[in-house]
Amino acid sequence: MDDMIVMQNVWKAYPNGVMALNGIDLSVKKGEFVYVVGPSGAGKSTFIKMIYRELKPTRGKIIIDNKNIASLRERQVPYFRRKIGVVFQDFKLLPKLTVYENVAFALEVIEERPVYIKKRVMEVLDLVGLKHKLRSFPDQLSGGEQQRVSIARSICNRPPVLIADEPTGNLDPETSWQIMDVFKRINLQGTTIVMATHNKSIVDSIKHRVIALEGGMIVRDELEGEYGYEA
Amino acid sequence: MCEMNWKGNMVMKLRTMRRHVSESLKSLTRNGWMTFASVSAVTVSLILVALFLMVMFNLNKIAGDIEKDVEVRVYLDRSTTPAQQNQLEEQLKQVKNVQSVTFQSKKKGLNNLLSSLGSDKGTFEDLQKENPLPNVFILKTRQPQQTIMVANEVRHYPNVQDVRYGKGTVEKMFKFINIARNIGIVLILGLIFTSVFLIANTIKLTIVARRREIEIMKLVGATNAFVRWPYFIEGLIMGILGSVLPVLLVIVVYHFAYYSLSSNLSQMFISLIPFQTMAVNLSLLLVGVGGIIGVWGSLSSVRKFLKV
Repeated sequence: MDDMIVMQNVWKAYPNGVMALNGIDLSVKKGEFVYVVGPSGAGKSTFIKMIYRELKPTRGKIIIDNKNIASLRERQVPYFRRKIGVVFQDFKLLPKLTVYENVAFALEVIEERPVYIKKRVMEVLDLVGLKHKLRSFPDQLSGGEQQRVSIARSICNRPPVLIADEPTGNLDPETSWQIMDVFKRINLQGTTIVMATHNKSIVDSIKHRVIALEGGMIVRDELEGEYGYEA
Repeated sequence: MCEMNWKGNMVMKLRTMRRHVSESLKSLTRNGWMTFASVSAVTVSLILVALFLMVMFNLNKIAGDIEKDVEVRVYLDRSTTPAQQNQLEEQLKQVKNVQSVTFQSKKKGLNNLLSSLGSDKGTFEDLQKENPLPNVFILKTRQPQQTIMVANEVRHYPNVQDVRYGKGTVEKMFKFINIARNIGIVLILGLIFTSVFLIANTIKLTIVARRREIEIMKLVGATNAFVRWPYFIEGLIMGILGSVLPVLLVIVVYHFAYYSLSSNLSQMFISLIPFQTMAVNLSLLLVGVGGIIGVWGSLSSVRKFLKV
């Protein structure tokens, strides 16, 4: 009912025969904040890519916002993507566009109205605290600022779900805390957040649900959990 | 979030289209040399297409004209009475493979002859008084090849003085046209494929340059159509640019050829396709072929990249 993400017996085999996910069952409620942890090669990336349908499961159902995206037709994928914000370790900003243009780009390519775009871009830049840098180019910003721009871009379409794949992977500890602060604000607005991370200190101090993957299976799923691996 | 009323939708489309056009112009100038190479390739191909078609269209028309003139002329004996003439007409209509039988009186025949002589006809004005031409039945056969059979059969009918028909000219002409056409088609197809390939490569360059942009577009939910449009336009522009020079060439060359040749040819009872008809139709055709080459090239390279 209140589930935002549901996985039922999800398997993923790559064409080269590698089994990345082996029967995942899980549900994430609306507005929940979830860390996905685990050693390299545990299937975290595959897991994350399933949610924004970069990958299709070999078997099983993935229900997001009450829709099984495993059976989504190719031409419906773009419309589904508009409901999912994605943030990466490497920011993926366009170097020749300003901060403002980078965020606006995401709304322009889904053909939003210019008046709305202007208003919404200023809103999200305000939310991530970069309203004063809107004319800067990405290479004039620090890593943390660049990541905040990419977060602003990911949420400008008001997605109910935000996926973050190692968002603090390239950032120093202090900047990482700032990013977590932005996520907190977004989460408080009701957005469900799934964050894959290796950052032990963040997981252990900002308490949320922790899902640990190993060998393509969920080995641990705790509310208010801990990182559980050596940093 | 956005109202989908008719007006809102149209406004949105227009804005989006402007964006696509400006995106494609940007990358056309950015990859200037590749653009130039592709456009040149299209130009060269289309020039050959144009020259080839100018000749082919005219040969076809001439052959068609001659073919239309393939007929069996049955000259009547001067002593034929009107009753015998009617009887013969009935007989001729019964002959196998005869499509039509037209009577041409000697007076009409003379008028035709005089008018075809044009300004020289004054010299022959005297003939009006004493017409040397016989009455003629003109037979059209269903196929040009049947003229020989029909002519041979009719030759022995009563009151028939002579039978004449064109021999083999048309067949020879069509044979020549066929060979020329096959050679031309092979040559042109080769050139067209080369142009398509070059355009595909140019587009590929712009796609690689904008790979990250496309990645982000797909991530935030832009449709494939939206991603594809600028490349489509880019190809179209290159194709159409490539047809500009060939079109100008057609106009100049055909203008020259038509007005210098047609007076000579008309003495041989041959007429070329009028300048205006050729200029308009061939130009449209060239622009069309150019556009198709461009779009074909661009779509063939975008397809691979969109399969993410």
